[in-house]
Parts: sequence; C-alpha cells; structure tokens
Amino acid sequence: MRITCPYCGLRPFEEYTYLGDASKNRPTSNDPSTMEAWYDYLYLRDNPRGRMKEYWQHSSGCRSWLVVDRNTDTHEIFAVEAARDFIRRRKA
Amino acid sequence: MTSFRLPTGGLIDRTRPISFTFDGEALTGVAGDSLSSALMANGRLLMGRSFKYHRPRGPVTAGSSEPNALMKIGEGGRQEVNTRATMVELYEGLVAKSQNRWPSLNFDLGAINSLGSAFFVAGFYYKTFMWPKSLWEKVYEPIIRRAAGLGHASYLPDPDRYERSYGHCDVLVIGSGPAGLMAALAAARTGARVIIADEHARLGGSLLNEREEIDGTDGLSWADTIIAELAANPDVTIMPRTTVFGWFDDNVFGAVERVNKHVAVPPAHEPVERYWKIHARRAILCAGAEERPIVFGGNDVPGVMQASAARTYVNRYGVAPGKACLVFTNNNAGYRTARDMIAVGIQVKAVLDSRRDAPDIDAFGAPVVKGAVVTAVDGRKQVAGAAFMRGNGHEHAHCDFVAMSGGYSPIVHLACHRGLKPQWNEKFACFLPPDNGPALTVAGSAAGVFALSYCLADGAEKGRKAAADAGFKSRATAVPKACDEARYDVTPMWWVKESTAKAFVDFQNDVTSKDIPLAAREGYKDVEHTKRYTTTGMATDQGKLSNINAIGILAAATGKSIPEVGTTTFRPFYTPVSFGAFAGPFRGHHFQPVRKTPMHDWADEMGADWMEAGLWMRASFFRKNGEKDWLATATREVLTARHKVAVSDVSTLGKIDIQGPDAGEFLNRLYCNGFAQLEVGKARYGLMLREDGVVMDDGTSSRLSRDHFFMTTTTANATKVMSHMEFCHQVLWPELDVQYVSVTEQWAQMAVAGPFARATLQKFVNENISDAAFPYLAAREITILGGVPARLFRISFSGELAYELSVPADYGDAVIRLVMHAGAEFGIEPYGIEALSIMRIEKGHVAGGEINGNTTAADLGLGRMMSTKKDYIGRMMVMREGMTRTDREVVVGLKPVNSGDRMRSGSHLLKLGDPVKLENDQGYITSVAYSPMLGEWVSLALLKRGRERLGKRLQVYDGLRNIHMQVEVTDPCFYDKEHAKLHANPPHKAPTVEKFAALIRKPATDLVALTRRSPLEKTLKHGRFGAGDGAPGVHLALRYPLSILTVIALKGKTKDVAAAVNGWLTADLPNPGFSSTGKGVSMHWCGADQWFFITAGKPEGAFYREARERFEGLASVSDQSHGRVVISLSGPKARNVISKGTSVDLHPRVFGSGVSAMTQMAHVGVNLVQVGPDSFELSLFRGFAETFWEWLTEMSEEFGYEVR
Repeated sequence: MRITCPYCGLRPFEEYTYLGDASKNRPTSNDPSTMEAWYDYLYLRDNPRGRMKEYWQHSSGCRSWLVVDRNTDTHEIFAVEAARDFIRRRKA
Repeated sequence: MTSFRLPTGGLIDRTRPISFTFDGEALTGVAGDSLSSALMANGRLLMGRSFKYHRPRGPVTAGSSEPNALMKIGEGGRQEVNTRATMVELYEGLVAKSQNRWPSLNFDLGAINSLGSAFFVAGFYYKTFMWPKSLWEKVYEPIIRRAAGLGHASYLPDPDRYERSYGHCDVLVIGSGPAGLMAALAAARTGARVIIADEHARLGGSLLNEREEIDGTDGLSWADTIIAELAANPDVTIMPRTTVFGWFDDNVFGAVERVNKHVAVPPAHEPVERYWKIHARRAILCAGAEERPIVFGGNDVPGVMQASAARTYVNRYGVAPGKACLVFTNNNAGYRTARDMIAVGIQVKAVLDSRRDAPDIDAFGAPVVKGAVVTAVDGRKQVAGAAFMRGNGHEHAHCDFVAMSGGYSPIVHLACHRGLKPQWNEKFACFLPPDNGPALTVAGSAAGVFALSYCLADGAEKGRKAAADAGFKSRATAVPKACDEARYDVTPMWWVKESTAKAFVDFQNDVTSKDIPLAAREGYKDVEHTKRYTTTGMATDQGKLSNINAIGILAAATGKSIPEVGTTTFRPFYTPVSFGAFAGPFRGHHFQPVRKTPMHDWADEMGADWMEAGLWMRASFFRKNGEKDWLATATREVLTARHKVAVSDVSTLGKIDIQGPDAGEFLNRLYCNGFAQLEVGKARYGLMLREDGVVMDDGTSSRLSRDHFFMTTTTANATKVMSHMEFCHQVLWPELDVQYVSVTEQWAQMAVAGPFARATLQKFVNENISDAAFPYLAAREITILGGVPARLFRISFSGELAYELSVPADYGDAVIRLVMHAGAEFGIEPYGIEALSIMRIEKGHVAGGEINGNTTAADLGLGRMMSTKKDYIGRMMVMREGMTRTDREVVVGLKPVNSGDRMRSGSHLLKLGDPVKLENDQGYITSVAYSPMLGEWVSLALLKRGRERLGKRLQVYDGLRNIHMQVEVTDPCFYDKEHAKLHANPPHKAPTVEKFAALIRKPATDLVALTRRSPLEKTLKHGRFGAGDGAPGVHLALRYPLSILTVIALKGKTKDVAAAVNGWLTADLPNPGFSSTGKGVSMHWCGADQWFFITAGKPEGAFYREARERFEGLASVSDQSHGRVVISLSGPKARNVISKGTSVDLHPRVFGSGVSAMTQMAHVGVNLVQVGPDSFELSLFRGFAETFWEWLTEMSEEFGYEVR
C-alpha cells in the first residue's frame, strides 16, 4: 500500500505509522458529567469494513499527521489531507 | 559429444566445455546448458527421488515449474537445497547433489516405501500416527521428517552478499516471450518508462525453445532486433534472471534478481541476489502458458516429460532426451513435438491422440493413433516402452522417452495474487486470468491467446494501452507477421482411467489419481481441504503442473463442474525466494541500525561492556581487572559516585527543543504537573500521562528563556513522546503557537554525580556554580574553557550532588575526557547503567519497571503532581473509579527478613500463610538491586494497599526460579531519606579555570582546545575502493564541519520568514519538497513550515546566533550542527546506490536538482537532496553515521567508489 503525503508525495506505507479512527473529537470539558463523551472518544470504535477516515503519521518522512480516507477492505485511498487542515475545517 | 548431444543446433556453444560434478562424478556440459540439459547430454535422466515413495525421477519440464529434478547446488555456506536443475545455468565447477536418497541416487533404501505404498495413501500420516499421542513429538515426527523430505539446509553462514533495491516504471512487463517483447516495445515507443523482467538469462521466452518464424526470419533473430531497440532506450530497464514473484497492493511488485547465481562464486563487490520492490503504474503479465502433464500409469518414470520440454531440450539445448519417442497428446500442440523430434533424427514411434475425433493434423510422417491412451510405462529408472489402449485393444511400443501434452494452462498466478479468482474457459479447458482493471492486464498465452500471430498483436495492443493509461500518447506499433500452425484445440482428459500402474497427479508430493477420490470419499471435498489432506499443490512447485488435473479429478469424484470446484488460492511467491534475498544487507551486525553516542569510542577505551537500548548502544558497566562479575563492578561504580565522583554518558535520553510564545502552555497540557509558571533558569521533573490516565513517560524540562524549553524524555520513549507531541499539537491544539524539534543528537549529555561533582565541574565551567549561584534544579546555558557553549542542569537521578552537562555532540568526546581529567584528583570513574539503576532503586525513584503501562501517578507515589488547576492529557480518565480504587497496587520498598536473601523481579507477593493461588496475589516485585550502601538486596514492588502495609511481612513466591522467602514492606526510599546528599559540600581546594587549563597542558593539550570530532572520525577512509580500477561510479564525501539549523516558522509567519530570507540571503524560501541556495546557505524543506539551513565555514554558534536575530519573532531556530551529518554522493551511479535504500523515485522526470525529500534509507531517516545533475546530499542523525556509512559504501562497491 502507498499513501500520497500532501507534502512529500507518494510513499510506501513503511514510512507511515498508523493510529486509527479520525472521526472523534476530543471533548473539551473536564466536568465529571461528560465522562460518557470521554469513553466514546477514547474507546468506542466502529471498525468498519469499507471506507473510513484514519490518522496516519508520515513518521519516516516529514512527520506530519495525516487524515487518510481509505477503504479498509480494498486499501483504496480516496483522499489524504494534513490533519491540521482537516481539524481546522472540522472546527470551523 | 555424447550420443545424447545433437551434432548441431541449439543456443549452446559446443566449443566451450564446462566441467561440473553430480553426486561426486565429474561430468562435462557446454556453455548455454542448464544443469538438467547437461545431465541429459550425459545420459543422466535419473535426477532425483520422490518425496514419499522415493521413486526414481527425471525432469518433467525444462523450466521453473519443475517438480522432480530438485538438487543441492553448491557447497559449504553457499549450498542451496531444492534447486530446480532445469533453472540452473551450468557454470564451471558447479557441484550438484541429488536429494532424498540413501545411500545413493541409483540405489535408494528408502524406495522400500514404494512396496508399502498401498498404505501410504492420502491422510496416511493422520490415520497412522495418531496414537499414542506421547510418541508424536519424540518418535513419529522425527522419523517421518527424516524419511519424507527434500534437501537439508546448511548450518554454515552464507558467505555471499544480498541487496535490496527499488524500481519505478510506467509499465512493467513480466515475461519476455513474443507478447512480452511486443508489449515492452509498444510501451517504450510512447516514451513511457518500461521495465521488462524475465526469469531466464536471455530474453525471448518461448522463442528460445520453439522453431518459429516471425517477419520472415527465425523467431530468435526477430527477438534480438526488438531487444536491441529496447536496450538502446535509456528509459527501458531490461532485467534478465529476474522472477517477479508477487503482486501487492497499489501495483507494487516483488521480484528477485539472481545477479550471480550462474557462477560458482560471485565476483568481488557484487551481490549474489537482489530483492526488488517495483512500483509500476501499469503492469502487463506475459508469463505464457504451462503445458499440463497427463495422468497415466507410470507417468513419473524418468523419460516421461512435457512435450514442450522435449522440444526445449532439442531446440534450445541441442540435446536429445532419447532416441525413440512416443508422443501422447489430447490437443493439437502435441503434433509439433513430432515435427521437432523428427527434424533432429529422433524416431517418433507414434503420436497417440486421446481424441477419437481429433482433426487430421500433419505429424510429419509419424504414425498417428487417434483415441489412444497410455496405460503403463515400462522401466523404473528410464522409460523402456509403453503400453497403450486403442478402443479395447492393448498395444505396446518400444521407446526411451514419452512426450506428453495435456493441454495448456495460462500462467495466471500473479493476476490472482490480490484476491480475484481465475475464470474457467470451457473451450480451451483452462483457467483464464480475472479482470483486474487497467492496473494489471494480461497478454499472450497467459491470457489464453495461443496462436503466435495473435500473441504478438495482443502484446502490442496491451503495451500501447498500458502506456496510454499511464499518460503516454500512443502510436500504433506495427505487428510483425507470423505463420500460425493449426488452431489450438483441446479435449480435456484429467486422467487415464484404464491405467494399470500408479498414475501421478502431483509428482513432488507423490499424489496419485486414487488419492483425490479417496480424500473426497473421506469428506475432504472442498478443493482447499483436498489440497491439504492429499498435499496436492504444496511444496516448492506449488502445484504448477498438478493443480488443474487435480481439480478435474476432484470434479469427477464429487460430481461437480470444474468452475464449481474452483481453484485453491494463489499466493506469492510464484517460485521460491531465498531468505537471503529478503534479509538483504540487513543481517548480522547490520540486522538493525546501530546508534552510537558521541562518547562511544571513549567508553570503549574505558572497557565498557555494551548493551542495546533500542537501537542505542549503552555502557552497562566498566570492568576493572580482578572484578569477579558485573555486580562487583557495578557496586564499585556506585560507591565511587556515592563517596567521590563518577560520570555517566546519558546522551541517549530523548531531548526536545521547544520554542514559541505558547511553549509553556504546550508543556502545561502535556505534563500532568504545572510548567507554565516555571522560572527561567530552572528545571522541573515532569510526568506525562496517556489520555487514559496511565503514566506514559517522565523526565525533566528546563526553561532556558520565556519562550524556550529543553525537554528530556527517557531513552526508551523518546520516539513515542515526540510522536505524541506532534499528534497533540497538529490534531488537538493546532491553535498553539509552538515549535519543537528533536535535538537528541545535537547534545552529548553526561551525568556527573557525587560529592565532588561541583569541584570537578568548576574547574572548567566559566560561570560560578557554587550552591548559592547554581542551586538545586538550576538549569542554564554556560560556557566551558575557551568558550564552548554548553548547558548545565543541576538534577539528580542518583540522589547525589549531581549535574547533567550538555555539550554540542562533536565536543562530547573531548569534554568527557576533560571531566575525567578534572575529576582525577577526586578519584573519578565512569559508571554505566547498572550502577545508575542500583542508585535509583536505592533512592526509590521509579523507572521502566514501575512506569509499566498500567500504573497511575498515584500508584507511583506521585499523585500529588497531578494538577487540579489545568487541563492536560489524561486528566479526565484518571478520575475513573478503577483508577482511584484504594486497593490498587502501589509502589513500595521491600527488604528481606533474612538479610542477604536475594529477591528477583517478577516474583509475586502473598500474605504470610496464604496458599500460593492467583486469588491470593497481592502484587509483584518490579525492580531489584543489591544495595552497596545497605549491604543487602532491596527491591521496589507494586503492592495492593502498599502504603497501609509499611512494616508488614509478606511472602515472596517465584515458581519459575523456585524462590520462597519473606520480606518486609518499607518506604521505597532506602538511602538518604532526607535527601541531604543532593547538597553535599565537601571541602576541597579548587583551582581557577585558567589554572586548571594550564595544568592539563600535558598530555591533553587538545582537551583545552576542545576540538570537534566527527562521528565518522574512525570509520571514514579516503581513497578508491570497490570494483574495477577505472573511474569510480560513485564519489562519496563527508561535508564537515557545517553549521546546520532547523528553522520553524511561527504560526502564520511563513510569508514573513520568506520575506526575511529574501532580504538576508537574496533567495527564495523553498516550497515543500524543494531546496534553494543563497549566499552560500542551502535551505532544504524538511517538514511543514520547517527547513534545514546549512552553511560551511562559520565559527561555532555564529550562524545560529545570526539566524536567531534574523528570525526574531518570525521563526524558531534550533542548532543541529552537531546532530546531523551530511554526506555528499555523486557520479553516474549515484542514483543506483540511493535506490538501494529509498523508495523515492529518482528519475530525472520526477526528481531533479533542487528537490528535497524526507525519507528513510536502510532503516535510517534521511533528508535526501539533489544538488546537481548526478549529485546528491544525504543528511541524517549523527548517531547512525557509522552504520549508515558502512551500508552506503557496501552498496557502492559494485560500481567502484572514491572517498574524498
């Protein structure tokens, strides 16, 4: 499998490190009443067979964290974006 | 010439004899022979013994699907087993040995198995050796393994060299027969980059083996003109002796190039094999088709072979398999065998065509018998004749070989490696490749196109199409004319039911036509089950010849159609690949990169005993004469640190430079304790949690200025922490204006500990470091001796008066020698991590044993560090019920009740009197040390409700080491509970820095000068090395010394940085993936808003200071001048060398001058920059310099290289 880093171009997956699901937002509150939201953020994962957005880091390259839109079944990659841009858009 | 060698013809050179041995017998072949053709020319058809029945076997094929002629090739460490004699190019001095026979190939006692063959049916082992179970491992298995098997691997180390390399192309053509050559030609003519690979030494595929005519000339001459055109095209790479063995995600192909398998010993400086990863935009599989054997009685007697193999031996190797032949076919292609045999004077007794209604085809004078099948073969070690049936009539023919043709199977393997199944084609009775879309297409007979003229046209069209798909405008390539024989027509016949002798389906696994129906009767009806129960299609040939026949027989046995039965799964590897090829150069010393600190050579001189810590090499202890074991040594080192002064290399700690307006806030959110309010000039111990509340890492961070921090992490977690910080910043808090970069390699760091630590350091530190001026937890930039910039931290892991001194890495070697010199009068000695560990246990400081991925800050006794005033990673989840339970295991100290008893880490703790049961478990011991200060063994442990149990006794149980003892629970701090020693102030007379400098003039003048020492000081040798003595293919040089900076733009300031660079260097700041130069400064992009600035000829620190001024308020600057080495690599072969390390495509169309890539080579992170047409620079962490240099020079050897 190869991933196109938005900065470095097409590189083999050996240059990347996988983290996982990019769909969750870190809760902002530290109030104990928000514990459910924290569980959800930290532990609850869908693990879909098919298309999903995932965090990867180009750890042996430019070290950017990326959001990779990938089919977990076929390994087809639809889009790759720097995580900082992805987050900025999501927060907006 | 033997009578088997034909007087003329073939692609061999009869004037160049080649000597070799087979089972010790000296034989002679000629240049161009394969091992099997040379043996055949010597009248040796018997080449092996079968797996189970030890039956005599000869070659069935002349190619890579060979199941029988498997041999041991080579001697000593070069010996390779299970090698197909049909694929071995004959070379002078080749040593071949047959396998699976004892005492000899000709007389094999194991053949007695054949007598009991009625019992050795499918599933025999499972049925027979089931009981008693106790005998399985010790009795049955060893016997079976010895009796049934292939060759035995050598235990000697392989003396040869293996390499890896990366290839890139627009169109990869796999196979170089008529279709492959046309595909490559058509693609190459569009300007596309083409790689054409073939498993044979010579391109041409079937044209090497057959008599064909193309464009009015013989097929081979035609091929040569095509190959000449391809070879002249600089964008075409021809890879002979290369097997493409697998197709992987994203059109990546695995291939193995047998660079020097055709010689006895590879030439100096060259690898024997090279493993390729080929990235192809489009690929065309032109692997051809495999002729199926026919399953009939005695079809394994030496002399029975594929009809196409018989033609190959005659046409390509000029050797006759025998004098009289019987052709047995179920298709039209069998007839050309008669033609080719008759052409060289071999008598063809008959062409037996199993089809009663076979069309009338010219058999060139040989008698044709329609509707006839062979039922048995005479002879054991060589065919003597064959019995056949026509209708109900039994007949017999004398012959010495049988050419069989059961139809053709397209070689679809690669096209099925990514999950799709091949499709059954009724008309041609074969499986055709699945439609994989444009990424991989199939051409020629591999696609079921069997006539030559169609193959040529198919190849040309698919080649054109693939190039067009890859973006290259296509021009039609004229298709040459070829004369086709009769249309290919086949009537399948999966086995000859009338066979009177054993009829083999799978030669390599001794599976007969009866085994498959038996398996089906016993319930193994699914094709995957049948395969495993009978072993059909397993072992080194993976059923290349047997699978389709087996499926046909299974279909008949289960009453299904062939598509219903389906095929087993095709997986890489197409043919066996050696482990050496996969390991490449990464074995032995180079199994993984070795990372060395700047003080490595010094420690080596001091007698260090080394251990690996991740990739780092760290000194465990420094043995002195007469010390009986490591414990004695470590004890002495502890006593030196506790009573005098000792120095330890702690450069392996992760070090991170953190800058920017929000640096304090960033640390505040990363650590569970507060950092925003840390005073400038102070260090603080910090604890980092994971988001789930468990402790991740600890270390100290110091504030050098308001916006500038210096963080240390543990050695083990340095990479993890860096990645974590990047995640937190880029994903969680992109709003923070903070810049950080690893400076682990920039700073050599040493811990100086002991009552005389200050007295030692003050001799060469220019600033006043008295207790008042430089109190506990002070952290400042200082200078030493002549003005070398350094950083000093008053922190202590040992509990002694201690400092950590950081100096730019190239000074590390000189400075640690200086420390030794300065401390000599106090009795200074080096200490290693054993002593370091003992001292931290004596002090009750937690480390890896306690920060084990399960413990919270509270468990570690550090609960009060967790701030309640701020948000930080882990804050929320640590409040969970399970994390705050009162019966959690917490850190305590343990002392033996019987002083002197030795505890062991990992032992479990139980209440006194409790039986040893899991339910009674109270915790376990995490760290154990012999305390020189207490004179007994002490330990740290994780114990339930530990802090309530101080003074209580427990039992210790260790079932592994059979330890049962009693301990008492104590506070984890065993020594100097008041921490008074942190402030030790023994009297001494300290000379001034000037006086000290004057005193050490001899023998260490260079200590005062403090010269830089390059990390390649010891390794780099100048001169010309490697192959040849002409102009070297590669020039290597170390660019040294350099000033190197990491510049990171502040948030939103990239444009301002660019403007500042314009003004300062009159150059443009490079965009991502590029580099630029101005006023002698090269700038290489190395990450988002991040660049390396490199220049030569500036004094220490000058460039750093200049850049800081220039980028004030715009960018953070970190000095990396000592942390990175820059190697320049140039010459016509520079790209070839680099491609052995990185997957980055270096073709001028893609790369080029001014391109900067962050990638990894040989498992080491590098910044790769092209600085000229054939000129590159590689920069990497200094710790990897030696290991990388060794790899780089080895990879350059085959081209010849010069170091300047």
